[in-house]
Amino acid sequence: MNTLLASLGPAAPEIFIFSMACVILMADLFLSESRRFVSCGLALVTLVGAAWLTLRHFGAPVSAYNGMFVGDLLSDTLKLAIYLVSFFVIVYSRDYLGARGIYRGEYFVLALFAITGAMIMVSASHFLSLYLGLELLSLSLYSMVAFQRDSVNATEAAMKYFVLGALASGMLLYGLSMLYGATGSLEIAVVRSAIAGAAPTNMILVFGLVFVLVGLLFKLGAVPFHMWVPDVYHGAPSAVTVFLSSVPKLAGFALFMRLLVGGLEGLSAHWQQMLIIIAVLSMAGGNLMAIAQTNIKRMLAYSAIAHMGFMLLGILSAGPNGYGASMFYVLVYAVMSLGAFGMVILLSREGFEADQLEDFRGLNRRSPWLAFLMLLLMFSMAGVPPTVGFYAKLMVIQALIDASLVWLAVLAVLFAVIGAYYYLRVVKLMYFDAPADTNPIAAGPDVRALISINALALVAVMPWIGALMDLCARAIKSLGVA
Amino acid sequence: MLTQHLLSLAIWLPIVGAVVVLATGGDARAALARRISLVVSILTLLVTIPLYTGFNVQTAAMQFVEGPYVWVAAFNIHYHLGVDGISLLLILLTSFTTVLVVIAGWQVIQDRVAQYYAAFLIMEGLMIGVFSALDAILFYVFWEAMLIPMFIIIGMWGGPNRVYATIKFFLYTLLGSVLMLVAFLYLYHHAGKTFDIRAFYDVRLGLTEQILIFVAFFAAFAVKVPMFPVHTWLPDAHVEAPTGGSVVLAAIMLKMGAYGFLRFSLPILPDASHELAGFMIALSLIAVVYIGLVALVQEDMKKLIAYSSIAHMGFVTLGFFIFNAQGMEGGLIQMISHGFVSGALFLCVGVMYDRMHSRMIKDYGGVVNRMPVFAAFMMLFAMANVGLPGTSGFVGEFLVILGSYQTSFWIAFLAATTLIFGAAYTLWMYKRVIFGAVAGDKVDKLEDINGREVLFLSLLAAAVLVMGLWPAPFLDVMHVSVDELLRLATTSKLSVAATAAVAP
Repeated sequence: MNTLLASLGPAAPEIFIFSMACVILMADLFLSESRRFVSCGLALVTLVGAAWLTLRHFGAPVSAYNGMFVGDLLSDTLKLAIYLVSFFVIVYSRDYLGARGIYRGEYFVLALFAITGAMIMVSASHFLSLYLGLELLSLSLYSMVAFQRDSVNATEAAMKYFVLGALASGMLLYGLSMLYGATGSLEIAVVRSAIAGAAPTNMILVFGLVFVLVGLLFKLGAVPFHMWVPDVYHGAPSAVTVFLSSVPKLAGFALFMRLLVGGLEGLSAHWQQMLIIIAVLSMAGGNLMAIAQTNIKRMLAYSAIAHMGFMLLGILSAGPNGYGASMFYVLVYAVMSLGAFGMVILLSREGFEADQLEDFRGLNRRSPWLAFLMLLLMFSMAGVPPTVGFYAKLMVIQALIDASLVWLAVLAVLFAVIGAYYYLRVVKLMYFDAPADTNPIAAGPDVRALISINALALVAVMPWIGALMDLCARAIKSLGVA
Repeated sequence: MLTQHLLSLAIWLPIVGAVVVLATGGDARAALARRISLVVSILTLLVTIPLYTGFNVQTAAMQFVEGPYVWVAAFNIHYHLGVDGISLLLILLTSFTTVLVVIAGWQVIQDRVAQYYAAFLIMEGLMIGVFSALDAILFYVFWEAMLIPMFIIIGMWGGPNRVYATIKFFLYTLLGSVLMLVAFLYLYHHAGKTFDIRAFYDVRLGLTEQILIFVAFFAAFAVKVPMFPVHTWLPDAHVEAPTGGSVVLAAIMLKMGAYGFLRFSLPILPDASHELAGFMIALSLIAVVYIGLVALVQEDMKKLIAYSSIAHMGFVTLGFFIFNAQGMEGGLIQMISHGFVSGALFLCVGVMYDRMHSRMIKDYGGVVNRMPVFAAFMMLFAMANVGLPGTSGFVGEFLVILGSYQTSFWIAFLAATTLIFGAAYTLWMYKRVIFGAVAGDKVDKLEDINGREVLFLSLLAAAVLVMGLWPAPFLDVMHVSVDELLRLATTSKLSVAATAAVAP
């Protein structure tokens, strides 16, 4: 009893968000269509409240629920990033949902459940809690993708996502059971020390590792487990895609840190080589296939695959330097992806989806400011200085060189140049072509303000990049393994 | 206070100015945007002048140093600026050229004026940043960031095939630069985790390492110069770029590649530089001879000048890789001179293009009958391009030929052919365009240059003549720095590395 009560404190943000999700679910029943903004507002207030709860004990190392749940600088930083990104997502989505008749309380409830799942993943120190968080996130996402039920595309995407996602969960679970068999524990710290004592060629461990890795890479969407990514990104309503492309990536990174680094670092000689292949395939596949796309959501989906490949480069350099680089990369990526899909949402209006590349044609004539913001987002994704995307790539590459993987660093920058092509194409459409569509852009002032902050942050953060990198390095250190 | 931050001021003043220009909004307030840009560019020029007047010519050390201020503590990246005799003139060239570009676009650019001027001002700041950065990452940030405004300038205000040209330009230069970035990071790990460029000079490297890094640097710098096999982006970019874009490209951006060789390749990799000098000299001579011949057959004036730029830049790289003071100083002078001359020639083509909307030589003829003042100016610049004594073109070429004669007669001989080819393609073009009978109705209706055009052409004419007749002020500032650079470039790192390997 005592431990249960003592455990409530560290998990306060999760409990708060979960309770608020239930409150919104109930309250929404009594709200008329015209008062739906109350649910939306409550969801935003929930995120702010959770941020306050997290900040109260920011970075304090705690362990709760008999070691199933930990709080450290890594988890707190990622949680804050999740709140922040989700806050933007909800503001971006509001008008979009309203214009499509899917402005319902369930959207916010499901989003909050997904956020809770992501937070549990971030704080998990036990196979069970980790899996629990992952499933909570995944199940919420499946239903969010299918949210626009009369859309054939969305339903198809949700179906694909569900089947493949379930398969991935099965793989992961199977791998975890093997690890349990080999080490006799579900607790990550115990698994770690058991592996340290085991022979590095232990077949069961390596088998378990392979299955766990396949599960993780499925969730992250790395080649060759990427098939679902473009279809789901494309089929889902943009308001869901923007969520899908940011929050789960943050949680996925945490999963890698907790499981692969926290638990299986003793097997790094094995997973390093596997990840090298996966990373190269992802960068090659993602960047090359993105070039062929005409739909910007699909293009960004392939770009996400390539970015995840790049992020894996940091992890596979298997040192605190590289983990910190990957963390910085994934945080930056979440912000960039948020902005890019935010722009897709912003240009859409009732009865019109701005999801074709063509829809960006001549944007500079229609709205120079929005075109400029999109230009920043695209150059940041391409990794061109002075945008923060460059520093993210810089960190990863230097981690590779630190790990004496110079050839991989050269390969990575070459793929980055290939990737630059399709981002440039967006800029080309916006700036060099005449607009095909001259309708005014219907976006509220709040959305415009937030997307401005979102995109400008990519440049304005320049003087504080050192502090951010330092935060990532300290967060990795708090993992206690480096 | 301000005098200690001249370099920062020169970098950030135009960038802040660009934001102000952008804030004027649409074309309704274009006149205001133009005026602000002119004021900002003149102020920047005024800011850079004290760099020259206050420059101490007795030392090779960096001057007007700012910082190092910690920027990214985790990676030891600093905000660190300074100039020496090599970068000083390039900075002045940048601020001078930008004023001309602003004046040159005054009436020509009528579409999205604020964006046009803002792009040029941002570029000015970034280019000055490239020439004054003492931290490798800071250098890289300026170097790469510059691609964005140039991409926009060519793509938005360029000719019919502008999209192809600008994407080619961007990807070509990006591909080169990323390899340089990897090389920087490699050096960072071998220089005791620092990005200080001068700390790189002391890094001990084996020959294989040096050659690999040299190749990475070569990818970045040779593309920018551009040297022979990787020059193909330049004619496309030049032809499609608006006049201002061509001027900045030719006068400054090409110099950044050459500057990179001086700042990075030669002092950091002396042994690889010597090892590969033959290769570099061969490429430079191919640029001088072969590209000179290619220029001869061009029918498009801008393309002709673009090829002539490649040939002249071949002279610059030739001067650097013969490892003596004349060659290196000649190369540097040639850089500055080419900045004036090619800028002036592109402006001349721009003057005609604005009236005729054609760059084709065959559409012209007898222009002197209608534009005598203009013809006189263009004559001067054509002669400078040929390298006539008394113009700036002569000094650099003469010094380089003199320097290469010390290495080999045949190098000097091949280099000297430029005097023939240069005269052939420049003067032949000049003859076809300017002399002869009036070629048609459009030429017949030409009006001579107006006051604004006289202004920028006479500024350039003055620069070309001063530099040709009295090059001492230019040579004096670079003397000590060049000697120091030569010392670094001729001190082998290999024996040091060998002893370091033996000693535990």
